[in-house]
Amino acid sequence: MATYVEAVRGSHSMDKSITLPPDEIFRNLENAKRFAIDIGGSLTKLAYYSTVQHKVAKVRSFDHAAKQESDGEPLYEISVQEEITARLHFIKFENTYIETCLDFIKDHLVNTETKVIKATGGGAYKFKDLIEKKLKLKVDKEDEMSCLIKGCNFVLKNIPHEVFVYAKHGDSEFRFQNTHPDIFPYLLVNIGSGVSIVKVEAEDRFERIGGSSIGGGTFWGLGALLTKTKRFDELLQLASRGQHTSVDMLVKDIYGGAYGCLGLTGDLIASSFGKSATAEKEFSKEDMAKSLLHMISNDIGQLACLYARLHNLSRVYFGGFFIRGHPVTMHTITYSINYFTKGEVQALFLRHEGYLGAIGAFLKGAEEDNPNQYCWGENYAGSSGLLSVSPELNPMQRERSGTFLFDMLEMDRLERQLVNLPLLQDSSSYIPDTVDLTEDTLAREYWLCCFEEALDGVVKRAIASQKDQPEAAERAEKFRQKYRDKLQTLRHQPFAYGSLTVRSLLDTREHCLNEFNFPDPYSKIKQKENDLALKSYQRVLKTLEELSWEQRQIALVRGLLAGNVFDWGAKAVSDVLESDPEFGFEKAKQQLQERPWLVDTYNQWIERLKGPPHKCALFFVDNSGMDIILGVFPFVRELLSRGTEVVLASNSGPALNDVTNGELQILTERIAAMDPAIQASLSEDRLTLVQSGSSSPCLDLSRLDKVLATVVRERGTDLVVIEGMGRAIHTNYYAALSCESLKLAVIKNSWLADRLGGKIFSVVFKYEVPSIIQGHH
Amino acid sequence: MKLKSVKKPAFPWFGMDIGGTLVKLVYFEPKDITAEEEQEEVESLKSIRRYLTSNVAYGKTGVRDVHLELRELSMCGRTGTLHFIRFPTAAMHRFIQMGRDKNFSSLHTTLCATGGGAYKFESDFRTTADLELVKLDELDCLIHGLLYVDSVGFNGHPECYYFENPSDTQACVKQPCSLAHPFPMLLVNIGSGVSVLAVYSKDNYKRVTGTSLGGGTFLGLCCLLTGCETFEEALEMASKGDSTKVDKLVRDIYGGDYQRFGLQGSAVASSFGHMMSKERRDSISREDLARATLVTITNNIGSIARMCAVNEKIERVVFVGNFLRINTVSTKLLAYAMDFWSKGQLRALFLEHEGYFGAVGALLELLKASEDP
Repeated sequence: MATYVEAVRGSHSMDKSITLPPDEIFRNLENAKRFAIDIGGSLTKLAYYSTVQHKVAKVRSFDHAAKQESDGEPLYEISVQEEITARLHFIKFENTYIETCLDFIKDHLVNTETKVIKATGGGAYKFKDLIEKKLKLKVDKEDEMSCLIKGCNFVLKNIPHEVFVYAKHGDSEFRFQNTHPDIFPYLLVNIGSGVSIVKVEAEDRFERIGGSSIGGGTFWGLGALLTKTKRFDELLQLASRGQHTSVDMLVKDIYGGAYGCLGLTGDLIASSFGKSATAEKEFSKEDMAKSLLHMISNDIGQLACLYARLHNLSRVYFGGFFIRGHPVTMHTITYSINYFTKGEVQALFLRHEGYLGAIGAFLKGAEEDNPNQYCWGENYAGSSGLLSVSPELNPMQRERSGTFLFDMLEMDRLERQLVNLPLLQDSSSYIPDTVDLTEDTLAREYWLCCFEEALDGVVKRAIASQKDQPEAAERAEKFRQKYRDKLQTLRHQPFAYGSLTVRSLLDTREHCLNEFNFPDPYSKIKQKENDLALKSYQRVLKTLEELSWEQRQIALVRGLLAGNVFDWGAKAVSDVLESDPEFGFEKAKQQLQERPWLVDTYNQWIERLKGPPHKCALFFVDNSGMDIILGVFPFVRELLSRGTEVVLASNSGPALNDVTNGELQILTERIAAMDPAIQASLSEDRLTLVQSGSSSPCLDLSRLDKVLATVVRERGTDLVVIEGMGRAIHTNYYAALSCESLKLAVIKNSWLADRLGGKIFSVVFKYEVPSIIQGHH
Repeated sequence: MKLKSVKKPAFPWFGMDIGGTLVKLVYFEPKDITAEEEQEEVESLKSIRRYLTSNVAYGKTGVRDVHLELRELSMCGRTGTLHFIRFPTAAMHRFIQMGRDKNFSSLHTTLCATGGGAYKFESDFRTTADLELVKLDELDCLIHGLLYVDSVGFNGHPECYYFENPSDTQACVKQPCSLAHPFPMLLVNIGSGVSVLAVYSKDNYKRVTGTSLGGGTFLGLCCLLTGCETFEEALEMASKGDSTKVDKLVRDIYGGDYQRFGLQGSAVASSFGHMMSKERRDSISREDLARATLVTITNNIGSIARMCAVNEKIERVVFVGNFLRINTVSTKLLAYAMDFWSKGQLRALFLEHEGYFGAVGALLELLKASEDP
């Protein structure tokens, strides 16, 4: 149940002396509209919708028909355009600063359309007058519980790795869960001053099925009486230092040991506070607080289990101020749930639990913008991630924000609806990432260093991509600072943005680059390399045509692999490319490992090719230049010639030197112009280009463009080819598909190669047939 | 140790239940002793009988619940009175000492004991008093004892009762009733901690769950919060206090009922919720705190019991255990909670001998051994 406002009444000294780091906190206020506020007992959460103008790189084909091609002419034009996208901002700060913050917002608010602010939380009524006076907005109160549920649905749907399991003694304390496409039904146990247990069955269908009066308020109130400690956080700290066994009566205190025939262990608490029924002994504050914490956590856990069982629900999320990022309570609740359900139900927690009310209130006010119709993605550049609320546990947090503690979440509206690849064998167990760096300490250390070392190069490249803009260097420096801070945060809190992976490190870098208006630092390099590769296209084709069938097949695969060597994302390779601009396709082939490869199922692949053609192949492409033009196209051409339809899936937005959908369209046109076979396939609609919906060098098969999914289904796709280190090694290496798949990559990182038991430029060629299909052959 | 005797067991007949807080002792006093028998009776046995039956208090803390004694009870072919005695588990060592001083071991009787203390104190009985305990399972004893006492009745009256009109404080009255068809029943035993059993027949039951928030928690918290020392004192204070000064009610948050979820304004939203505020902490009495502790613990037990009843599909919920002794605040609250939250589907039943069934069950085990061939 609701609030704990009264308890902290009087603690709000309006400290005006503090200066806010404004452009860091309330960003994009000038375009802000639709405000919502959730005022809790100690923290205020503000939400608003804003539009962000940022630069995007576009490519445009020259009108080749109009003029003759000359050697010096690039094949397409790059332009940087302004684009407006929608962003949701959520900011959390202490109630103490509410007046300062309202003043700041008032001063910077330009948009006059906004007339109303949605408000929820126990403090909403208390600050109503202040808000109305300061912002000249009408405060419109929304029911707390429905806001909470709305917010919960939103984060569950839109934020991968929102949900985690807490394991105090695990290798990593936070174990993030897969997002399930179907989030309903679930149980939300909200532990505020009391406990509400809500069953959520659909977006707008939920019911409070029960609750308890023994909640956070009981811990706080009773704890304050017993220990004379006033603050909730201090009580938790007391508890974490205490020993409950001096206060509680355990089974072994009654039995002298375990109660074997009932399976009750000796350490089980038989009677909370059972030993304190005496005037003869004094008990320490710590011990009493600990006993109280166990008593309340166990009780809530028990009720939650009884309700989960009664309603046959296995997903149980815990939230409310009692939980809110406190490792101590997450641990005791987890323990209790494990005990009472014998491990059948897991206690689940949410990374953005503190924002749910504000998100929900905001969504209620923004229904006309239909935010639920879109997909949203967490912006790693603008969000501060999961931080524990106790400042001493988080030196980073203090350091970053001075004395003003705040926390942010930013979500970008994605241009397209994202869905699962229909060819995943089991979408609920699919995990894109191969290594979870939150758990793998060695790998984490390596990759964090690796990304840090590569930072100089990225900054250089960013500046070089905007030579015409004098302030680019300054922006690039800001980018460096921001990304370095992120890496620093992740060193201390690897779980800050969900599971830490190579993918998340790459994506964070892309987000930070975008943040400082470097939408596509590789655009010029890509352009140059595409140009160069196109010139060799016909020669490569000719060489291939002269080979026998068997020779051609291996040459095609080697070509694909050689093309994949050209990768500016891999530090070892970018060093080579930087120092040796003449490094060519043939040289790349020489670098490749000889067969047998590190992973080598080529023979099975060839046997398969001797059989009937595939109906349709979905090909996730990787880099620009040699890779796409001299590697992928000849390979695709062979598939087409066998009678297989091909769908080429490329990134919607730029990431490193990966070919984007826009670039690929132009390239394909150019290739078609010189290759009748490709031309014919295009016009017969046997070669199709789709966008993946992603702007990442990696690939999450559970978040793909809806159109892609439709095409895949309609074409009866029976082969998926995934190419490159980012898409086939860092992600999807273990992805199980329901059709045949080919994962190939060159390992361009010696550490990773070493880990996989190979050397740099080792080849992974992984052809897989799902067991169900195998049975038919 | 097995019971092999095929004859009636030798006097004295005891059943003992050693709990976390209290030891419950039942003693059968034969009233049909013949002159011949009396002649043969050894002195130590006479002395024990006289000591137990002529006193109502033993030492500083032992008490005989005279109002509970079962008279003219026929057990194992003998007629007599069943006495109910309790003392704190903390005094267990003095009790064992007394067993040695009164030379109990010379009587060649069997001491049947249940409860956790039967295990914990087993070696003390052996080494100090040369007594071998027969340890019995506490849940078996509880159920057997309960069914037995209910079947013999309470000196001509029913053992069981319930509250009529539990939702109306004015019209709420205690009504005797019969447990003629007891199964299935949900048995909630509230001692220091709480056990919840689903009982389908005399020998078919399962422990559904338990909670550590029980009578021990009430007393322990009351002692810490108010400085009281005994259960009686704590209850006395609770009877005078006002828990709404301590607890935050739904109406304290929503100004009235929370209609969206059908919660009444008078429902407790947060136990001890007002105590988050310093001003409130400074303005309440010890009695208010005792009352709030009692209400919190009782409501929580009611809530768990109700959920278990629904999960197990059982309508009859029987509350026993010494937490309910002289505790009408709790019995009425439980009756109300069962009725209100289940919309009249569940009925809370209570038994007059609240906490003694385990001890009775232990005694029955002693006598049963003689009936078996």
